[in-house]
Amino acid sequence: MLKSIEDLENIKNESLKSISLRLKDTSIEKEINKYHILVCAGTGCTSSKSNLVRERLENEIIKRNLQDKVKVFKTGCFGFCKLGPILVVHPDRTFYTKVEPDDVDKIINNHIEKGKIVEKLLYHSPKSNEIQKTIDEIDFFNHQMRIALRNCGIINPEDIKEYIAMDGYIALGNILSKKIPPKEIIKEIKDSGLRGRGGGGFKTGVKWEYAASYQSDKKFVLCNADEGDPGAFMDRSILEGDPHSVIEAMIIAGYCIGAHKGYIYVRAEYPIAVERLEIAIEQARKLGLLGKNILGSSFDFDLDIRLGAGAFVCGEETALIQSVMGLRGEPRPRPPFPAEVGLWEKPTLNNNVETFANIPIILRKGSNWYSSIGTEDSKGTKVFALAGQINNTGLIEVPMGTSLRTIIYDIGGGIHDNKKFKAVQTGGPSGGCIPEKLLDTKIDFKSLTDIGSMMGSGGMIVMDETDCMVDIARFYLEFAQDESCGKCVPCRIGTKRLLEILNKISKGKGEMEDLKILEELSYDIKDSALCGLGQTAPNPILSTLKYFKDEFIAHIKDKRCPAGVCNDLLKIVISDEKCIACGICAKVCPVNAITGEIRKPPFSINQDICIKCGACIPKCPVDAIYKR
Amino acid sequence: MENISENKEQNIKNETVNINIDGIDYNVPKGISILEAARMLNIEIPSLCYLKDINEIGSCRVCVVEIEGSRNLQASCVYPVREGLKIKTNTQRVRKARKSAVTLLLSNHHRECLTCIRNLNCELQNLADNLGVRNIPYTGEMNDYGFNDNNPAIQRDYNKCINCRRCMAICNKIQECNVYSPLNRGLNTIIAPAFKKDLEDVTCIMCGQCILACPTASLSEKEHISEVWKAISDPDKIVIAQTAPSIQVTIGEIFGMPIGSFVAGKLVTALRRIGFDKVFATDVTADLTIMEEGSELVERLLHEPEKLPLLSSCCPGWVKFAEHFYPEFLPHLSSTKSPHEMCGALTKTWYAKKYGLDPSKIVNVAIMPCTAKKYEASRPEMTSDGFRNVDYVLTTRELGRMIREVGLDFPNLPDDKYDEPFDQYSGAGMIFGATGGVLEAAVRSAHKLITGEEMQVPDFKEARGQSGLKYGTVKLGDRIITVAIAHGTGNAKKALDMFKSGEKKFDYMEVMACPGGCVGGGGQPILGTRDHKYISLDYRHNRADTLYNIDKEKNIRRSHENPRVHQIYKEFLGNPLSEIAKKYLHTTFTPRGKYSYLNK
Amino acid sequence: MEILIEKNEEDNFKKLDEIIEKYKEEEGMLIRILQKSQEIFGYLPEKVQTYISQKLDIPISTINGIVSFYALFSEEPQGKYTIGVCLGTACYVKGAQEILETIKKELQIDVGETSMDKLFTLKATRCIGACGLAPVITINEDVHGKLTPADIPSILYKYIKKHKENKTTK
Ligand SMILES: Cc1cc2nc3c(=O)[nH]c(=O)nc-3n(C[C@H](O)[C@H](O)[C@H](O)COP(=O)(O)O)c2cc1C
Ligand code: SF4
Ligand code: SF4
Ligand code: SF4
Ligand code: SF4
Ligand code: SF4
Ligand code: SF4
Ligand code: SF4
Ligand code: SF4
Ligand code: FES
Ligand code: FES
Ligand code: FES
Repeated sequence: MLKSIEDLENIKNESLKSISLRLKDTSIEKEINKYHILVCAGTGCTSSKSNLVRERLENEIIKRNLQDKVKVFKTGCFGFCKLGPILVVHPDRTFYTKVEPDDVDKIINNHIEKGKIVEKLLYHSPKSNEIQKTIDEIDFFNHQMRIALRNCGIINPEDIKEYIAMDGYIALGNILSKKIPPKEIIKEIKDSGLRGRGGGGFKTGVKWEYAASYQSDKKFVLCNADEGDPGAFMDRSILEGDPHSVIEAMIIAGYCIGAHKGYIYVRAEYPIAVERLEIAIEQARKLGLLGKNILGSSFDFDLDIRLGAGAFVCGEETALIQSVMGLRGEPRPRPPFPAEVGLWEKPTLNNNVETFANIPIILRKGSNWYSSIGTEDSKGTKVFALAGQINNTGLIEVPMGTSLRTIIYDIGGGIHDNKKFKAVQTGGPSGGCIPEKLLDTKIDFKSLTDIGSMMGSGGMIVMDETDCMVDIARFYLEFAQDESCGKCVPCRIGTKRLLEILNKISKGKGEMEDLKILEELSYDIKDSALCGLGQTAPNPILSTLKYFKDEFIAHIKDKRCPAGVCNDLLKIVISDEKCIACGICAKVCPVNAITGEIRKPPFSINQDICIKCGACIPKCPVDAIYKR
Repeated sequence: MENISENKEQNIKNETVNINIDGIDYNVPKGISILEAARMLNIEIPSLCYLKDINEIGSCRVCVVEIEGSRNLQASCVYPVREGLKIKTNTQRVRKARKSAVTLLLSNHHRECLTCIRNLNCELQNLADNLGVRNIPYTGEMNDYGFNDNNPAIQRDYNKCINCRRCMAICNKIQECNVYSPLNRGLNTIIAPAFKKDLEDVTCIMCGQCILACPTASLSEKEHISEVWKAISDPDKIVIAQTAPSIQVTIGEIFGMPIGSFVAGKLVTALRRIGFDKVFATDVTADLTIMEEGSELVERLLHEPEKLPLLSSCCPGWVKFAEHFYPEFLPHLSSTKSPHEMCGALTKTWYAKKYGLDPSKIVNVAIMPCTAKKYEASRPEMTSDGFRNVDYVLTTRELGRMIREVGLDFPNLPDDKYDEPFDQYSGAGMIFGATGGVLEAAVRSAHKLITGEEMQVPDFKEARGQSGLKYGTVKLGDRIITVAIAHGTGNAKKALDMFKSGEKKFDYMEVMACPGGCVGGGGQPILGTRDHKYISLDYRHNRADTLYNIDKEKNIRRSHENPRVHQIYKEFLGNPLSEIAKKYLHTTFTPRGKYSYLNK
Repeated sequence: MEILIEKNEEDNFKKLDEIIEKYKEEEGMLIRILQKSQEIFGYLPEKVQTYISQKLDIPISTINGIVSFYALFSEEPQGKYTIGVCLGTACYVKGAQEILETIKKELQIDVGETSMDKLFTLKATRCIGACGLAPVITINEDVHGKLTPADIPSILYKYIKKHKENKTTK
């Protein structure tokens, strides 16, 4: 039990020593001839079996009696999940990728025993075509600035002392020991310019001020970790890699608004994040950082976890509140806002995971430091999840104002397979598709909205020439339709009608008139739906209509899908001339659509059976199969 | 009666704010919604899902308005006015969005107006007309959840449902029967009982309040009109109509007469012209109910105090409520049947014998304000000597349809009189139709039964108020008893819970399942033609006032003074609570619990 | 009216009692209780929902409304293996739809259905945060990434084989 800030600082100094090996800072005294091996234990790497790698390492170390020399730790996501499992060896900061359990021997034999790096496991940059040895050399990390993700990949998220070593809980300690008035803290946050990272971009300090201003016997702090945007996983990575940063911020928030209870609402689909949070909360309670009389002060605060049950709309704050209370996650009209009427009708402060993760460091380094980063409109950094047809998919954090081009080409390493860039979709299902000509946009809340998209929670999906924009719009509408809570008319029925029209177009049955109806209905829904889900659901249609209208017209007038995606408008066929009747294609076809007699060309595809999966195309030795 | 009113009139704050609607400045009370403010100022904003104080969820988006400084349109029914608010209720953008909402609804609606039970009395239809919806450009998938009517009282046409949730709000918040919930989500959302069971298999008390709340034909009474026509056309059958007290003050509304018009005489004429062989007044057996129930009260007060409080039982909705939610209170229910069942029982026994009729040829048709009575009539207990007491129950609305079908000009019909012997009744019997009436009637007679003296008929103003739960004390000789009046089963629940916890004790409670009592019954005319502004208790109040005014002018105002009551006891029953009375006028109850569907 | 509990269900309902006991005092724990119940019973049949309604004194309509709202609750028995095809954006643009179609054809079931042999239940899921490996499917806890339609038959076969082996060893 920590009774004061001094106790906390003692722990910090003690633990700093034990993690000093991993820090770049040369001024810190480091142990010599020792190694720390950090194995990524994020969801991405775990699903590529990083836990097996870690177990193997641990066993091997015991077997060889190397316990004194090498220590193995779990750590949070590095963002480079595609190349997982990731493993970093300190102090030399060697970055190993795609490590298999069988590689463990090599790493120990060469790297640990002989100091020789295992070249085979190093990152090979497709851009510069060279091998990049350490984490500091890799271009994926070069343009990044890690604030929210500051501890991910450095500390063991399951050890609160490592968080404290990185100045964790110091901001809280300061506040409680010096009894800093909430007003001053809130002012600091206001001055920092921090805006909510959950999508709306509401000014965080202002929200705290509102929540603090309402009088009530009870108040609550709520952390929105529902993260429903498909293709986005920054909140998950923060919770998995640095759960205490969120917990610390929530305690501070409780102190500022006068709440003594907080809830973290996490998707049930994030079991690792939930487990880490549970461990973190338990450890914080043990140290007296949660519970009664925190750090010997008179302030009480405790936290509970609530699990989602599979509904995207529960990310919307009023629906979230319903769901935390164990009800159907249906949004309700605002005003009143949750800051006034929230959980159990009491004032409730709700922030996103990433928003919270920024708070402790802002309070430690000051609002001036934070507001010096970013743009006029948007301060600080933003975490994005890069996905789609791009070389380096993964999680990145960059200062606001970084251009899309930098993100996609410098960090993302450009388009996969040297294909042609078509669009980047930001803002998830609420956002829009941005075309090539706008790639130099310096992204912040305003600039993205101006070009018809959104910051959203930070999903960024890159599309190339093989992606059909009608299909993408259709995909998003299907999502909205699936996830609509069904309460209000424009969204419940309207999104369905939009989807039906898009389906019609992608089947080649559209008419030009449909484009007008699409647009009008889109605007009506945006204008009149009850909550953000419906209000933004038409965005993917409006932005694709705006920037890629020719693709729609091609589907309608020429009955053609230029990207070759819309199944009903294309056929997979075998060229009679080319086919040599080897029969390979018939073997790979999952539905047995290809028939023919070996050595009696040609083979042919039964169009009624073919599901157009395309599996046969690459298998043909003479390239006789093609899409038409 | 000294009144300790439970629901103190809310002190409406006199604070006001300045707002601007469509360019004109107004001063309106603080805290109300934009929609309410506009309606106060006679600015009409269309609405659909909104029911004042009951359903304020902002889901249909038909009431949207523009608010200066707000990016999106806002639902005026849930947006509170505040100082300086600038509102536009009539712009192209607003009209377009409203029309779009209604068009979308229609695109998912099985549009069968011509054959629809709510044709020409449908809020959705009116709205489509008002907003000038002329084509529905989006065709696509429509929900098809079918039709449900495996119970004798209420039918559910899911394909007419617009998910406004008004039924659910009434049922959950006012009746507290918790029958409905939204199930599923997105386009598949459906407002239905758990597991989409039929109403009969859940805790529905068949009160029909949800029908009154429903803007469309998704909820309606199960019609028995054709069965009744068939009986009337059968020369072998003696078809007898009886009319509940409240019908006399409500049926005129269907034909455009002012709310609360007293039309007993026209009603009798209409029933004769339709072809009923006899027309009886249920009011007579209401007097009889008082005799029996009043005697039970006296009995329990004097000899069986452990069976106090006595709970009234003339409302079948409330009876079913008790069976589902308070089975432990069933012994406290008065065992008297409801008036129409008494009338039915007597018709097929005493009356048949007296007039030499074959009871198997009698068809009893009860014209009731009530859907629960459709259900009650079908209960297995409700037979006498093997004959069903009441064969068909028609709601006020169904009778209205029959009158229209025949083509009678109802407002201009001459008056006629009820048939003997169910023709004379006291004022007490009449006020049965309004909340508080049963209690008042019972007290008038209990006084005589206990003290042997007549009491002055006082003006029980307090008992008649529309507040949902009232308590009071009554002096019966040297005894002071505590009474309670609840209407809307949610209020009965409140009273019983407080009784259980010891917070509030009473000796006698009248419960009417419908807010306002039978004048607000689930079978009464639906006044929501243009919108549902009037679902509030106001119109129910007007109907009740008429009943009370006529009571005041009656010579006979006490049940025990009704000569027909004397006649029936003399010729048939003997005394109240006699063996014969018990056999024909009393019944039993069945504990049902909350999960009736498990028995299936 | 009594909820009839068969002999073979007693153990499960006892476990359910413990769950209810553990969480009932705290406000707003209904979803948690339902989640735990689903872990016990594999799904949430009418009887289990009714039982919870009675124990917690929450209307059955409310409970059924909640169960039918959330995608992770199921009112139908599930197959031994639940296949979740990620239809998150990242997976979608990498061809998840084709993967889904292939599985549908392969198992002759639609999304949300369970195969006749009760072995597989097919679900379309949202991003599971393994976007780097897109397209991704999950089969119970296993994640399979970087898939093409051609991979599907052999993956499914592995589970069928596993199941058969389990059976014969039993
Ligand atoms: C449909 C919908 C889904 C949302 N999903 C999330 C989410 O998954 N995570 C989140 O933090 N915010 C989400 N939001 C935004 C929240 O409503 C809310 O604005 C946010 O949690 C506030 O936190 P912030 O101010 O820190 O951004 C969503 C909003 C809508 C309309
Ligand atoms: S916009 Fe969609 S999700 Fe939001 S309340 Fe309306 S129906 Fe529900
Ligand atoms: S595209 Fe797929 S389904 Fe069609 S023939 Fe080729 S392998 Fe078979
Ligand atoms: S693989 Fe190519 S060459 Fe061989 S049968 Fe198929 S189409 Fe013909
Ligand atoms: S409910 Fe109304 S709109 Fe629908 S069919 Fe009937 S009358 Fe027409
Ligand atoms: S309203 Fe129109 S559609 Fe209906 S019956 Fe008259 S003419 Fe025909
Ligand atoms: S009839 Fe009464 S109890 Fe039954 S569903 Fe309607 S409102 Fe509820
Ligand atoms: S049944 Fe009627 S009141 Fe209930 S939701 Fe449907 S339309 Fe509305
Ligand atoms: S109050 Fe009257 S109309 Fe309503 S259920 Fe009871 S008896 Fe029927
Ligand atoms: S999970 Fe390992 S790098 Fe992202
Ligand atoms: S949203 Fe206001 S009336 Fe329906
Ligand atoms: S989109 Fe499939 S795992 Fe993220």
